[in-house]
Amino acid sequence: MEQSRRIPVGPILSAVALLAVPLVLPDWMKFIVTLALSKFLAVLAVALFLRAGMVTFGHAMFYAVGAYVVGFSNKLFAYHGILVLLVIGALVGAGVAALIGLIMARYREVFFAMLNLAFSMMLYGAFLKLYWVTGGTDGLGTGLPTFLGYTPARDNLRDVQYYATLVVAGLVIYGVYRFLASPLGYYLKARADNEIRIEYSGESVQRVIYATYVLSGALAAMGGVLAAFTVGHIVPEYAFWIQSGDFVFVAILGGFESVAGPLVGAIAFEFIRTYASKYFPNEWQMVLGIIMLVIILFRPGGIWAIYESLVAKVRRPKGEVAHG
Amino acid sequence: MNIRLLTIIVMDGTIFAAVLFLLSVGLTLIFGVLRILNVSHGGIYAFGAYMATFLTIKILGVGANPYLSYLMLLAGAIIIGMICGPIIERVFLRRIYGSDQHIQLLLTFSIFLILDDLMKVIWGTKPLFVSEPYTLLGQFSIGGILYSWYQVALIGVSIVFGAALVWMVNGTRFGKIVISVINDREMSQAIGINVNRIFTISFTLGALCAALGGALIAPTIAVVPGFAVDATVLAFAVIAIGGMGSLEGAALGSLIVGLLRALAVHLLPEADLVVVYLAMILVLVVRPEGLFGEAQLRRI
Repeated sequence: MEQSRRIPVGPILSAVALLAVPLVLPDWMKFIVTLALSKFLAVLAVALFLRAGMVTFGHAMFYAVGAYVVGFSNKLFAYHGILVLLVIGALVGAGVAALIGLIMARYREVFFAMLNLAFSMMLYGAFLKLYWVTGGTDGLGTGLPTFLGYTPARDNLRDVQYYATLVVAGLVIYGVYRFLASPLGYYLKARADNEIRIEYSGESVQRVIYATYVLSGALAAMGGVLAAFTVGHIVPEYAFWIQSGDFVFVAILGGFESVAGPLVGAIAFEFIRTYASKYFPNEWQMVLGIIMLVIILFRPGGIWAIYESLVAKVRRPKGEVAHG
Repeated sequence: MNIRLLTIIVMDGTIFAAVLFLLSVGLTLIFGVLRILNVSHGGIYAFGAYMATFLTIKILGVGANPYLSYLMLLAGAIIIGMICGPIIERVFLRRIYGSDQHIQLLLTFSIFLILDDLMKVIWGTKPLFVSEPYTLLGQFSIGGILYSWYQVALIGVSIVFGAALVWMVNGTRFGKIVISVINDREMSQAIGINVNRIFTISFTLGALCAALGGALIAPTIAVVPGFAVDATVLAFAVIAIGGMGSLEGAALGSLIVGLLRALAVHLLPEADLVVVYLAMILVLVVRPEGLFGEAQLRRI
């Protein structure tokens, strides 16, 4: 009860901060935050499975599917409507996930992780080798996006794009939040503890995982659409295992127990990467590995858990019980 | 298909299978005993390849007898295996034996990331190449196609190695202890087996296999950054097909993957990797525990 009367300071502050980004930050930082928001959708997809105690080393495949939807639309129809492409991308991503998911929903743990990796490497190979369709290593351009028929001038394109991405991310946060609060979402979390008891309670674990898989495919593909327009260029590396590994890393870094964790993680990650690739161009993966190792061994909840424990420390002196 | 092409495919496939076996037998051994899929396995393999090539280049550089290069390949593998194995097991894996499988996967994945870059830090990003061990043994021809005796030696080494491992598990006291640990850790501990020590030894043995595989393949290829991940995925495909934790399965899986890959390379080069993954998916759909694996009981 206490909880509901308290004004949610943290979320409001961060919403204001996110809205103010284009007004305060220089262009290159706007770009980084836009990219982070786009990738956040894919990270959310990976985080859904981490909540269920499952790792996927292959979700870059759906991210790439979304990005290539944009690329093909530019190449074949010269069409750049970001909203329509988001819907198409989500549908194609969900469609591919619905197909692969038929196999994937039967596997857990090691097999789930590595089969996803295998599928994504197959897709990567296809993008790389079918060069007459996909442009091979040269990739595809995306063209400049249009927003519901409106074509922004070059100098405010970044801002429009940022707000569009922010709106989509906001809607997705709400959607995923509702999903996690639904029975399906709770079953997903329960899977991490005990799968067989879920079946005793009358729900099919395969169904839960299948539904989550389709949703995650759509999410990651939408992330791919947004990221493709942000970067302006698509290469097969979108589907490469390093990209999948990055998504897993970000989910661990931010913390996957909440929807906010991946968001914080995604923004932190893009900034870490910008600076790290400047100072350690060849040791970048090693830096990631070490951070991940430390988080897994000592701080399994990621940045978000650190934040929450700080908040709890600040609030407790006011004479409240920790859990309200 | 004509006979000549068939011979080429069988030869190429068998040679590739020999290397795959050395690589994947370590992975399956580690999984069998520790129940952890070691994602960093490909990293150790690549490390072995780098170290072996580096030592061989050094010894040839000082003008030593070229036959010493074989010793250097072996030394490189042993150095890497003996360093990586105990460190990874004692320092990192030991903390997470009780954790969920996804935590174990992520931990070995982060070790993989570290190893992958550590190689670049130590040896740079340029390819390392040494061909003396490969050319030294000379060549012979089958149906007009030249093969190196080194490739035949690879097949021999991997057969001997596989036989030695099977003997070790089935015919020695150590093997009996390992089997007991695999079946019941707590009971083994209760009857006085030092389970931690068995874990360290098994992991080190697995790491040695990986490093040896890398060291032996090194003279036939140029060692470049980034071939570690392919190795991990291929090794996983092999043991998933054969059955995770089974030595015989690793052998059969290597042969299947090796031959399929050779078939694809010569008939449909675009599909060389796809074929391997398709085979893995097909086997897993029909027989999820792999060809030689035992079905897992679901525990409540």
